[in-house]
Amino acid sequence: MKARVTVTLKTGVLDPQGKAIEGGLAALGFAGIDSVRQGKVFDIEISGRDADSARADLAAMCDKLLANTVIENYDIEIV
Amino acid sequence: MKSAVVTFPGSNRERDMMHALELVSGRKPAAVWHADTQLPDVDLVVLPGGFSYGDYLRSGAIAARAPIMDAVRAFAEKGGLVLGVCNGFQMLTEAGLLPGALMRNAALTFVCREVLMETASTANRFTAAMQKGATWRCPVAHHDGNYFADADTIRALEDGNRIAFRYAKGTNPNGSINDIAGITNAAGNVLGMMPHPENYVDPLQASTDGRAFFESICNAFAVA
Repeated sequence: MKARVTVTLKTGVLDPQGKAIEGGLAALGFAGIDSVRQGKVFDIEISGRDADSARADLAAMCDKLLANTVIENYDIEIV
Repeated sequence: MKSAVVTFPGSNRERDMMHALELVSGRKPAAVWHADTQLPDVDLVVLPGGFSYGDYLRSGAIAARAPIMDAVRAFAEKGGLVLGVCNGFQMLTEAGLLPGALMRNAALTFVCREVLMETASTANRFTAAMQKGATWRCPVAHHDGNYFADADTIRALEDGNRIAFRYAKGTNPNGSINDIAGITNAAGNVLGMMPHPENYVDPLQASTDGRAFFESICNAFAVA
């Protein structure tokens, strides 16, 4: 089973890297970009578990290590 | 004062810290390795600066889950003094021993220079013997020192006199909220700070302004 975990900054947390990327895209001539937020993607392969227990494990992984829940949200997708 | 310094793979200020502690306390600190699970009998445990585990995932994130950290947490819960400098501060926030997070510097660049520090609170066991409101020279060297916490947490830090150090007005090197350079937990026995006082203790260095901080910590354990 494969899972994809996406970690993004919470709304209201400043993202200076996203801002710099936004400026870079504007400098390349891309118009109409309202904002850019940078995040992280983790592709995780899991064996020997059903989707529900995998999802519970992945949530625990996010809470304990993959995300810093002070500043970040996470989304789990079983693919 | 008996102290211990924990070294992680990628730490680089552990020897500077041990030198500063020995110079000021007169006792050689114990060296502890990240894979150890027990601390020696000490008064102070220090998590030094560096780039533990290459700063992979988030600065301090992997170190905060290292085997030694359970012992550090238990030591702090019993009231032992825990100091985290730079990467050590990042570890303390990642470990949940201090609130908030240290984000990428606002200007996105690594800053390595001297700042002016203000001792903003002496209501803790680290800075009790320092002069409140005094400013002193201290070097910084970091990429992720931009302190962030939600508004309620910032209010609790301000109201609880838990902001031990601020960057003096106009010298904030990283965009940190309210010029925060160092904070303590509610009990005042865990302190995290981004600047490096251990690098300003020896006459060979540019300044010895950092000594007052270590002398203040030692003072907490002086025999009456």
